[in-house]
Amino acid sequence: MGGVCAFPAVIVAACLFALVAAAAAPPAVPPSGAASCSGCHAADPKIETRLPRISGRPPAEIAAAMEAFRSGQKPATVMDRIAKGFTDAEIRAIANWVSAQK
Amino acid sequence: MKIRTRRSFLKGSLAALLPMPALAQAQRRVIVVGGGFAGATCARELKRLVPNARVMLVEPNPTFTACPFSNGVITGLRPLRAQQFNYEGLGGLGISLVYLSATKVDPQARSITLSDGTALPYDRLVLAPGVDFRWGSPTGYDEAASARMPHAWKAGEQTLLLRRQLEAMEDGGLVAISAPPNPMRCPTGVYERASLIAFYLKARKPRSKVIILDAKDSFPLQRQFQSAWQQLYPGLLEWVPLSNDGKVVSVELATNTLVTDFTQHKAAVANVIPPQKAGAIAAMAGVADRTGWCPIDPATFESPLQKNIHVIGDAAISGAMAKSAFAANAQGKACAAAVALLLADETPAPGKLINTCYSLVAPDYGISIVGVYQPVNGQYVDVEGAGGTSPLEAPRETRAAEANYAAAWFRTITAEVFG
Repeated sequence: MGGVCAFPAVIVAACLFALVAAAAAPPAVPPSGAASCSGCHAADPKIETRLPRISGRPPAEIAAAMEAFRSGQKPATVMDRIAKGFTDAEIRAIANWVSAQK
Repeated sequence: MKIRTRRSFLKGSLAALLPMPALAQAQRRVIVVGGGFAGATCARELKRLVPNARVMLVEPNPTFTACPFSNGVITGLRPLRAQQFNYEGLGGLGISLVYLSATKVDPQARSITLSDGTALPYDRLVLAPGVDFRWGSPTGYDEAASARMPHAWKAGEQTLLLRRQLEAMEDGGLVAISAPPNPMRCPTGVYERASLIAFYLKARKPRSKVIILDAKDSFPLQRQFQSAWQQLYPGLLEWVPLSNDGKVVSVELATNTLVTDFTQHKAAVANVIPPQKAGAIAAMAGVADRTGWCPIDPATFESPLQKNIHVIGDAAISGAMAKSAFAANAQGKACAAAVALLLADETPAPGKLINTCYSLVAPDYGISIVGVYQPVNGQYVDVEGAGGTSPLEAPRETRAAEANYAAAWFRTITAEVFG
C-alpha cells in the first residue's frame, strides 16, 4: 500500500480515506470462547496437524459436531468436556466465526 | 536500542503523507513485555486485529524455550531444540522486536524504560512476564543453589542440567523432587516429570527410585496419575504429601539433601521446584498485589491497580484457570481483542475461555484436565457441568490417543504462536 500511495494524488487521497475509515470501524473480534479453538485446531492451513481442521468448514457442520459432543452422542477425549461449557447460541456464534476463518 | 521491523520504512513514508488526526489513529502504540505463550500470542493477535497499530514485543531472549514437553527433554525422549522457537515470524508480520529487558514502568507517564535506558511511550501496556522464583525458600535454596540442585521449571540450560544429572546417576540412586505450594506454573507438570523419570529409571536404572516431596495434600488428575503409577511403575515412584511430612523446609547443598520436618532425604539427583510469584516487572509496575500475583479485570485483563496496563499468562490471577501454556495462549487472544476494542473506544464484553492441559504418564499414555471458564463477580470460575478429567478407567488406546493429541497440540500451538 505504501508503494502505491507514493504516486498519483488521487490514489493517495483514496488510500487516506480507506485508512481513516478502517480506523473508525471497530475491529471484528471473535465471539465468546471462539479464540481458544485454534490452540488445538490450527486456523492456519500451513500448520500440519493430525487434529481435525475446523476453520472454513460449514457452520452447520461445526455446530452439529459441538452439539453431538455436548450430548455425548459423539465419542471424544476432550471435546465432550469442552462442548458442555457452551449454550446453543454460543455454539452457533463460534461455528459461524470459525467457519469464516480461512 | 535496535528495533527490527520490515514495515517500519513503509510506515514512515506513509505517516509523512497523513494529516495529524489520522496519524494519531494510525499510530496507537501497544507494548507487550514478555515473549512466552501469552505475550507472543497477544502481540500477534493485536497486529492481526489492528494492523495500523504500532505493536512492540519486548523480550530479552531471542530464543524462546518452551516448558510444555520439556519433561521429555529431561528424560532423553526429545532434544532441547524441539522446544526452541524464535520471533522471526512475528517480526515478519510487522511487530517490532526489541531484545532487551524492561526495567521500569511509569504508569502515570505511560512509558516503560528498557535495560539500555531507552524510554518508550505506550497507549496500552501488556505484561506477560511469567513467573519468578521466591529464592530462599526452602531455606538455603537460592539461585546459586540451582546450579547444584536444578529447578528446571524454566526450560533451557536448567532442563539440560537435570538431564545430565539423571544420565550420570548410578543405578540404585534416589531422585528427589521438591514440589511447591500453589499457585504455581503448570500444576500437573511435577507429576508428569516424576512419571517420565520413573519411565526412564524402569528402562535404564531399575534399582533406582523417584520420590515427590510435596508441599500440597492433593494435585490435579491425582487419581489418574496414582492409578497409572501403580500399574506402570510399582515400587519406582513415591508421592509424599504435606500431611505425611512431604514439605521440604531446607536444603543441604554439600550432601545433596532435602530436609523435611522429620526426615533427611539424601538424593543422587535433587530437583527443587521453588515457590513462585509473578515475574519481577509486575511488582515494579505496581500491578502485583500482596500475594505476589496480579489481579485482573476478566473482561479486559486490565489491572485494577494501574490503568492501561494489562496482565496475562502465569503472572495473572485468573481464578480457576491453571497457569498453563494453553491458558496463556487463550488469554493472549482474549486480551488482544479487548485492547483492540479499547483502542477503538469500544467496550469489551466478558467472554468464556477454555483450558486443556495434557500430561504424559508414559510416552504413549496421556491424560488431560479441561476447563471452560466464565467471569463471575470479577473472577474466572468453572462453567458448571463442563470440563473435568480423563476417565479413571480407560483402555490403553484412549491413553495413547490422548498422548498423540498432546503432541499434536504442542505442534499446533507453537506454530500458531511462533510460526
